[in-house]
Formats: sequence, C-alpha cells, structure tokens
Amino acid sequence: MDLDIVLQLADSSVRLATPLLLACLAGLYSERSGVFDIGLEGKMLIAAFFAAATAAVTGSAWVGLAAGLAASLVFSMLHAVASITFRGNQLISGVAINFLAVGMTALLGHTWFRQGGQTPQLVGDARFHAIELPGAARLADVPVIGPVYAEVISGHSILVYIAFLAVPLTWWVLYRTRFGLRLRAVGENPAAVDTAGISVPLLRYQALVITGILCGIAGAYLSTSMNAGFVREMTAGKGFIALAALIFAKWRPWPALFATLLFGLLEAIGIRFQNVELGGIGTIPVQFMQALPYILTVVILAGFVGKAIPPRAGGEPYVKEE
Amino acid sequence: MSFMQTLLGAGAAVAVSAASALAEPAIIYDLGGKFDKSFNEAAYRGAERWKKETGENYREVELQNDAQREQALRRFAEAGANPIVTVGFAFASTLEKVAPDYPDTKFVIVDMVVNQPNVRSVVFKEHEGSYLVGMLGAMKSKTGKLGFVGGMDIPLIRRFACGYVQGVKAVNPDAVVFQNMTGTTPAAWNDPVKGAELAKAQIAQGADVIYHAAGGTGRGVLQAAADAGVYGIGVDSNQNYMFPGHVLTSMLKRVDNAVHDAFRDGPGMSTGLVVLGLKEGGVDYAYDEYNKDLITPEMKAKVDEARQKIIDGEIVVHDYMSDNSCPVK
Repeated sequence: MDLDIVLQLADSSVRLATPLLLACLAGLYSERSGVFDIGLEGKMLIAAFFAAATAAVTGSAWVGLAAGLAASLVFSMLHAVASITFRGNQLISGVAINFLAVGMTALLGHTWFRQGGQTPQLVGDARFHAIELPGAARLADVPVIGPVYAEVISGHSILVYIAFLAVPLTWWVLYRTRFGLRLRAVGENPAAVDTAGISVPLLRYQALVITGILCGIAGAYLSTSMNAGFVREMTAGKGFIALAALIFAKWRPWPALFATLLFGLLEAIGIRFQNVELGGIGTIPVQFMQALPYILTVVILAGFVGKAIPPRAGGEPYVKEE
Repeated sequence: MSFMQTLLGAGAAVAVSAASALAEPAIIYDLGGKFDKSFNEAAYRGAERWKKETGENYREVELQNDAQREQALRRFAEAGANPIVTVGFAFASTLEKVAPDYPDTKFVIVDMVVNQPNVRSVVFKEHEGSYLVGMLGAMKSKTGKLGFVGGMDIPLIRRFACGYVQGVKAVNPDAVVFQNMTGTTPAAWNDPVKGAELAKAQIAQGADVIYHAAGGTGRGVLQAAADAGVYGIGVDSNQNYMFPGHVLTSMLKRVDNAVHDAFRDGPGMSTGLVVLGLKEGGVDYAYDEYNKDLITPEMKAKVDEARQKIIDGEIVVHDYMSDNSCPVK
C-alpha cells in the first residue's frame, strides 16, 4: 500500500468522521450533565433538512446553517423540557424526537418542494465548499509532510475545521472552567451540586443548548457540505454510531476524536476496498469488506474498551429533596 | 399515537392518491424513491405523460421498505387497479407469488422476467446504451482512466458495467476502468454520500469520466465529479441538466415508455416478454443543449456509427446476464 492510498483513506476518513465527531461531542455535553440523549440522530436530521431547505431558498449556506442550528435547538429544548422540567423518561423522549424528525422532514420536504421529501440540489453559495489552507499548493512538494498537509488537512469545508476545533474547546470547557466542573458534577451527583446552591435544571438546560448547537452543525454539514441537498433519512444511523463512539471514548473529548476518526476510517476502508485480492488465497468478498466496520466495532467495544462507566446520574431526572 | 401515525404515514410522502374510477392503472416505485432523478423518476414521467394525454388518473405508491412490496401489490389489485406497473427487478419474487391470485389483473414488471400469463415483463438492453456512453467517455478521458459506480451489486447492474467497459475498450484498448458497487442491499439505490465517496476515491486514482448506474446514489456521484471538475455520465433519465458542463452524457433507458405504453394499452394489454434495445428505441445516449459543447462532432460521428452498427447487428455487445461473465475487465 503506497502513500497515495494512505492519504486518500485519511482524507476520506476526515470527511466521514466529521458528522460523527460533532454528534459525539453533542452527546458528550448532554450525557455529562446527566441527560441521556438518543435523539442525536433526530436532531441532526431536522438540522440537515432545515439547513438544506433554507439554503435552497435563500442561496446562502450560512443562512442555511443558522436555520439548521435553530431547528436542532428547538428539538433539543423539546428533549430538555420533557426530561428535565417534566422529569420524563429520557430514552422515550429521545426516541420520540427521532420519529418526529423522520416524519416531519419527509412531510415538510414533500409539501414545500414536491420532490418526495428531497430538497432541490444546492449549487454555488448555497453549499459550504472545500477551502484550501494557505500554502497547501506550495508545501505539496515537500516529502511526506507536504502531501499530508495538502491532501488530508487542507481542502475540507469550514465546518470540518469547526468540528475539529470543537475538540480542544470541549476539553478546555470541561476540565478548565467552572462551568465544566459543575457540568461534570451534575452528571455524577446532582444532589451535591444542588447543595452548593447551583441550579441543577439550569445547568442541564445549558448543556442541552450546546448539544443542540453541535447537532445543528453536524446536520448542516451533512446536507450543505458533504452532499448538495437533503435526502430522506440521510443521517442513516450516524447519531447512533456517534453514541457508540461516545461509550468507546468513555465520555471524554480527546478519545472521542480518535474514536470517531476510527469509525470514519473503517467506513472509508469499507468504501475504498471492495473486492480485495489476496495473492494465492482468493478474493475477500465485498460483503465482508462492508461488514468490516461493524465487526471491528463489536471487537473493539467488547475487547479493548475495558469498563466504560457512564456518568452516574445519567438517565435519572433530578428531584429536589423537600 | 394517532398523530404520530399521521406523521409517519405522511413519511410515505406520496400516499395512495384516492380517486375512484374503474380500472385505474397503478404504479409502484421502488426504494430509490420516485424523485431519484434517474430510474424511478423516468417511470414517473411516463405515467405523467399518459395522464396529460388522456386526462385520466392513476394510482401510485412509493415504497419505504421491502416488506411493503406484497402489501402494496395486493392493495392495488384488491382495489381493482388494472394494469399495475411495478418498477424494478426486486418485485420479481413478490409478483411471482401475487400475480396468480389475481388472474384478471394485468401486471407489468420492469427489468426482470416473470413467467405468469398475466404479466408483461419489460427488459432493456442496457449493455448497448452503456457501450455508447463508454465510447464517449473513453474519447473524452485524458487520463485513460474511467470509473463506474453501480448501485446494488446484482447481475443487472453488472450488465451496465460490462457494456460500458466494452465501449471504453473499443475506443482505447489500454484504458483502465475502476468499478465499484455501492452495496448489496436495496439501500444502495439511495445513498448519495457513499456514491460521492466512491466517486472521489476513483477520481483520486486518476479517473476523469465516471458513469453511474445507481439510481438516487448517482446524485452523489455526479456531484462529486462536478466538484472535482471531471465528467460524470448519467443513467436512465436524461441527467445532463443536473450539472451542466460536467455531465458528459446520459445513458437513456426509456422506462417512461414502458410505463406509458402499459398505461395506454390498459387492461387488455398483451403480456409476455418485451425486450427493448437500441433498435427498439429502448436505450440510447443523451445529446442536448447541456452537453453539446462537451461532445465534438468527431466524437458524435464515431459514436453514431457504432450505434448504427449495433442496430444492424454488425457489433454485438456482450450481455453480462447471458452467461454471468464479462469478457473484458
């Protein structure tokens, strides 16, 4: 395997990992605050739809992104009201959000655009295009570093860079700020946080606002950057893969980056290598290559993660003692 | 719960349109979706053309999953729709089972052969049309490397691929064709993300013309080709307009004619096998205002010559499905 193939794989992994990474970090904020969120999928989907629909109408990807963020925030707050204020079951609320997103996007999409739930193809400024980082062309001739910079690091859309910058930012917020300390505490022992005179519901609401924003970016990336338009159910389980990555990363930001990159790489391998010829032995069938990411997921989760302990107060609505 | 059901039902996007008249024809689209800009959309256009000509209505449903095939077929048959057109090879096993139960109803299946007395099977010689677009692709390619992205990995799609490669090799025997299939399940018909990734991988390997036979997945293929400044080749419908200047041509498969003719013939239509090739106008390559600047007169002359030779039987394009193998790689 030569360097070119490695670089192409890495490039493809970065693209494929971006929505997972954003969703994974979104889940991290929510779950660290003690609110399980299996509605990441639905929030991404609704954001993808509104981003593409708005971008198609206005012709601006940025306005589309804003609409996607707004839609995702509304859904996130729906989850917050149900599970924080009304202390409902967080899993049920999450499932409801996923269903609602699937139905709503198809219904609105067909009503508005008459194309069976798709939005029109986005062209020109209605999409986030790949940007060349400064010096990419000049550095490309430098051995090893040059191609890595020019092919893998440069040439993605702005949302990809936002996603990757969100990782150190999340680390800093979580471990170096007062808000982060309280956020971690409220997911472990809300009673203690409450005793210290800090509002548990407020903290959780704040966490879910961040979740909504990150899911919104993920959705907008799917429909206005990776693709040129919304297609029904285009998230295709990415929200759940992000949850798996979150467990794999044990609810920590840097491992979340590596976990999602790994899932991205596995997907890229499944796409890139279909029928692999093995000298002498025969051909590995395409079905196996496509199942490989899932097989490796099971192997990794079962064998290498060790014990993943979720935030202790996760899934439990907080009831203040009288 | 009923609210949720309404929403989910609406998710089926195009519900069975209810208008009551005797023996309305009906059409069932496959999982790629009615608006896949390709295969199913061609069928839709055929149905709409019939509607415009006659002013009559037809019933339609867009499947959401495999389990709905039999349900949709039986529902239409019970409701008295006649004929019922099923668009896609995947209906074969269901139709085999359902058709004998409704001997007075006529069924049509596109892309597959079902041997029942009340079924008309319409199949196309996709290898002939693919041969022509392969020739155009090879003449356009500067790198001598071309790509093919298929949808679901089935013999039918290999037939497209094989015809394409034969066309490419007829122009440039040294050309390399990268072939990828999107998947092995019906989901492969509607996965533009994966289509785009496959196309990007082929472009990274040097491909500068990429042909897709992947239904809705092809949107991603054509988009990736346009993004990278190379050429895509559309399929089934004329897709030249989608990315003007970056869609070299489209392999037209006149599914619209198959649907239109079935609707026109009505309940008394003939059954049995109908094979549509270049000669019958069932397949062709697209040449219109969107791609006339991409195809030089020399290219057009050469491909039209081959077209005539295929019609006259001087060139025989190997059909993958005749022996499940392809003479060229």
